[in-house]
Amino acid sequence: MIDNDKVNFHFDIDGDNFTTAGEASVKIKKALRQMGFSADTIRRVSVAMYEGEINMVIHADGGEADVNVYPNKIEIILADKGPGIPDIEKAMQAGYSTAPDDIRSLGFGAGMGLPNMKKYTDSIDIQTEVGVGTTVTMVVNV
Amino acid sequence: MTVAELSVKLGAKNICLPSPEREVTGAYTGDLLSWVMGRAPADSAWVTIMSNLNVVAVASLADVACVILSENVELDSDALKKAENEGINILSVADGSYETCAALSKLI
Repeated sequence: MIDNDKVNFHFDIDGDNFTTAGEASVKIKKALRQMGFSADTIRRVSVAMYEGEINMVIHADGGEADVNVYPNKIEIILADKGPGIPDIEKAMQAGYSTAPDDIRSLGFGAGMGLPNMKKYTDSIDIQTEVGVGTTVTMVVNV
Repeated sequence: MTVAELSVKLGAKNICLPSPEREVTGAYTGDLLSWVMGRAPADSAWVTIMSNLNVVAVASLADVACVILSENVELDSDALKKAENEGINILSVADGSYETCAALSKLI
């Protein structure tokens, strides 16, 4: 969908299927490559989005992802109706995780999700309410 | 060095080698996927014992040159199919991650 100078990609993230988590990120990676973005930009966007996608699957039973590609920036909006984040400061700490053991056995739950999202983006905004949901908006400048 | 050359020098088994000519410029080891994704340099050889579907996604997103499964860890069929579709090089070695990294440090 093209809206003036913005290209939007929308994905429904399936909360039941952990093994397919990451498909939206891989699709974005391919689309950005076709659009001619640099390898560094593509890596930053796709890693940040993958972490967010995994978070939504682990904690929030899925959600929706929108990626808006502008000429000078890429915006990633991840919205879920999950349990919310009671303590954002803690959640942002590297190594802090509330992921269950079965998720850890797959190699996740290292407490690096939000720290990676912050590290790889130019800005991150988290709107969250316990019991209502969380919306994470990240921007990578091009 | 290319992934194909590295595979020969390590005595590795080629599980999936869609891009044999891809250059390897470094190495990284780790089994926590988010940690690896945040830190593994692009174009590196990633040594791990993890072999589930998510390994393929992380390899693709982190843009590593190849995954090296240590200790003869087997890739499940879904992951193999995904690796073929995504064009991800995957090798397998009998040695552990430590021995494999020690070998890599002499080769790269």
